[in-house]
Amino acid sequence: MEIPYTVEARPDTGLTSGKIGIWLFLASEVMLFGALFATYIMLRVGAPEWPVGASILNVPLATLNTIVLITSSVTMVMAWASLMRRDLSKARMFLWATVALGGAFMVIKAIEYNAKFEHHLYPSESTFLAIYFTLTGLHAFHVLAGMVVNAYFAGPGSRQWHTNPQWLTNRVEHAGLFWHFVDLVWIFLFPVLYLL
Amino acid sequence: MAETLHARPHADAHHEELSFWWKYVFSTDHKVIGVQYTVTGLVFLFFGFCLMMMMRWQLAYPGQALPLIGGLLGEIRAPGGAIAPDFYNQLGAMHGTIMVFMGVVPLAVGGFGNFVLPLQIGAPDMAFPRLNMLSYWSLVVGGTVMLVSFFLPGGAAQSGWTSYAPLSDIAPMGQTAWLVGMVFLITSSLLGSINFIVTTIQLRAKGLTFMRLPFFCWAQFVTAFLLLLAFPPLEAAAVLQLMDRLAGTSFFLPTGLVVSGQVLEVSGGGSPLLWQHLFWFLAHPEVYVLILPAMGIVAEVVANNTRKPLWGYRSLVYSLIFLGFMSFVVWAHHMFLTGMGTTMASFFQTTTMIISIPSIVILTALILSLWGGSIRFNTPMLFALAFLPMFGIGGLTGLPLGLSTPDVYLHDTLYVIGHFHYVVAPGTIFALFAGVYYWFPKVTGRRMNETLGKLHFWPSLVFMNLIFMPMMIQGMAGVSRRLADGGQTYDFTEPVLGLNKVMSHAAYGLALAQIPFIINFFRSIKSGERVGANPWDATTLEWQAPSPPPHGNFSEPLVVHRGPYEYSVPGAQRDFCPQNQPVGA
Repeated sequence: MEIPYTVEARPDTGLTSGKIGIWLFLASEVMLFGALFATYIMLRVGAPEWPVGASILNVPLATLNTIVLITSSVTMVMAWASLMRRDLSKARMFLWATVALGGAFMVIKAIEYNAKFEHHLYPSESTFLAIYFTLTGLHAFHVLAGMVVNAYFAGPGSRQWHTNPQWLTNRVEHAGLFWHFVDLVWIFLFPVLYLL
Repeated sequence: MAETLHARPHADAHHEELSFWWKYVFSTDHKVIGVQYTVTGLVFLFFGFCLMMMMRWQLAYPGQALPLIGGLLGEIRAPGGAIAPDFYNQLGAMHGTIMVFMGVVPLAVGGFGNFVLPLQIGAPDMAFPRLNMLSYWSLVVGGTVMLVSFFLPGGAAQSGWTSYAPLSDIAPMGQTAWLVGMVFLITSSLLGSINFIVTTIQLRAKGLTFMRLPFFCWAQFVTAFLLLLAFPPLEAAAVLQLMDRLAGTSFFLPTGLVVSGQVLEVSGGGSPLLWQHLFWFLAHPEVYVLILPAMGIVAEVVANNTRKPLWGYRSLVYSLIFLGFMSFVVWAHHMFLTGMGTTMASFFQTTTMIISIPSIVILTALILSLWGGSIRFNTPMLFALAFLPMFGIGGLTGLPLGLSTPDVYLHDTLYVIGHFHYVVAPGTIFALFAGVYYWFPKVTGRRMNETLGKLHFWPSLVFMNLIFMPMMIQGMAGVSRRLADGGQTYDFTEPVLGLNKVMSHAAYGLALAQIPFIINFFRSIKSGERVGANPWDATTLEWQAPSPPPHGNFSEPLVVHRGPYEYSVPGAQRDFCPQNQPVGA
């Protein structure tokens, strides 16, 4: 039995099911991070004093991470564009590049975390550090999830190319939407936590 | 399931024989998953009901040994067989959690939604069958974690189903299990809601426009949006509370919090109110998650058994959508007593009064639908009819709670418990029973017994009211909802204390009244009256598939020509015109 509109768009909606699905998922993610940003606001306005992020956190490293993540978004788009041009090997290369850049982000993040732990700056130290670790930790978890998905499409998942190239292209596009969302969350996290 | 009973061979289905495990356990077929959800939901409803019966014993006979099972609970939970206060708190917290998140939602959304929605829109399955399976198994994992938590040191969660901080932050290990369990339950609902929305948008049969959707589908569609957007903030809150409990953060712990005479050694600076905001931001839309599918079921049953179109289909749909929107801006009416200030209180009491309007429109439209119909009083219809006044009582008794001034008096009394139980117990659960009786022939190809059905309905109706009406009387006398001894420590409860026994015995009566249902359910699977594809002479598409529907549902793609409730069309041959019957035929 075949479920319709998985690969082809439904004529009256103009969309595939997967496309709607991923956007709905992202809407729920907006609510998830929205609630955490609201938490940040509520804790901050309720606090007698709130540290400037830069006085505790490492701004240069975070800037580097921002660049790494934006670059990874570019390679992600390139992967999808390559599939649209029907060039699988190039697409796989770009997907692996995206995974590698995600990995680089995680390594830099780990260095940052370690530096904090070395100075005994744990989440239990203050509400600022608590929300910092929670937000960035949850974001890092999303990066990790995106890396797994991208690695799957670069590796074993790419075999679908030989049976249903259009479907694989759609799925990589959806993975890309998720990846850009994760990128976007960081674009909000960086100024809020490090600069404000 | 007799798969081949009425199954016609269909076009492109290649039926490879699946093993038992893949067919009934790890199935991706929406009908099997729907049945799995239904059975799981019914079992959890029964379990939650058992917890409540233990509580009711303690309320009626505080400190007396629990008959039959008192000795089995162990010395910590029930010393000498009498329920200890800590265990009573666990029962209360877990009764709420289980009934809401593992009973009603899986049954109303997971069960009926999964089984009926794809059939009603003429789809072969859900849009994402494997995701569907995943959401069911997330529920199983979450439910298991919740059940296992009873055996942890210190027992299960005991800070109420609302898990208010800071109490929940410093509660024993069971609370951590509750949070982990909730993360799985939330994930289950999230994945399910995405599936429902996409399926409704993408897999409608040709000609089935949105304004031709059965009201049940609309109800599921709006419900899915509530789940999708309201649940993530609770997931965030659960993560924050897990951080508080495991990483020692202070999201919900204020500075200088004193516990048992000791200042807590935490960084402080957190806000207990933050938890309440995040929790109710989910939990108020959740109330509508509990009631909207029920309204959808009632609408189907009412239209079918009055043999006439629903009154005001469009106003029903618009009210439903408006209700969905409004449910996101009323949450703080649960928090009038937190010192939020009159401006905020005015805002939230205004939105609360506004949201009652679409609810009343829906209820009125359903009642007006009865007008002039030649009503068939079968079991599903009886339950659906009982839903109307019961939900009416539940809704109207909510108005004083939504106004900040009377809420000051009524807050946290048993009146609140009586109010929302009228909405979800004789309201939603009656609608769910109506749905079970109504769609049972579609699932099994057999009808449930009518006599046993009526034996189930009438005592249930009487006992439900005997449980919840006295509760509101106690509440208006000022009895708090959180007393493990039913209020006997206080003198002022004297005039209403006797009602505790009435309510408890009514609860046991309600349990007995479920026996005909349980017998009926199992007997009808085996030996109920065999029926054809459309035993109720219904118009909607699910009745155009064979009973039970085969894998892939319909033998050929359907084309819809009509609205959902074309009953008693003047000039038509029969008193119902199925949606796929061409106009003029």
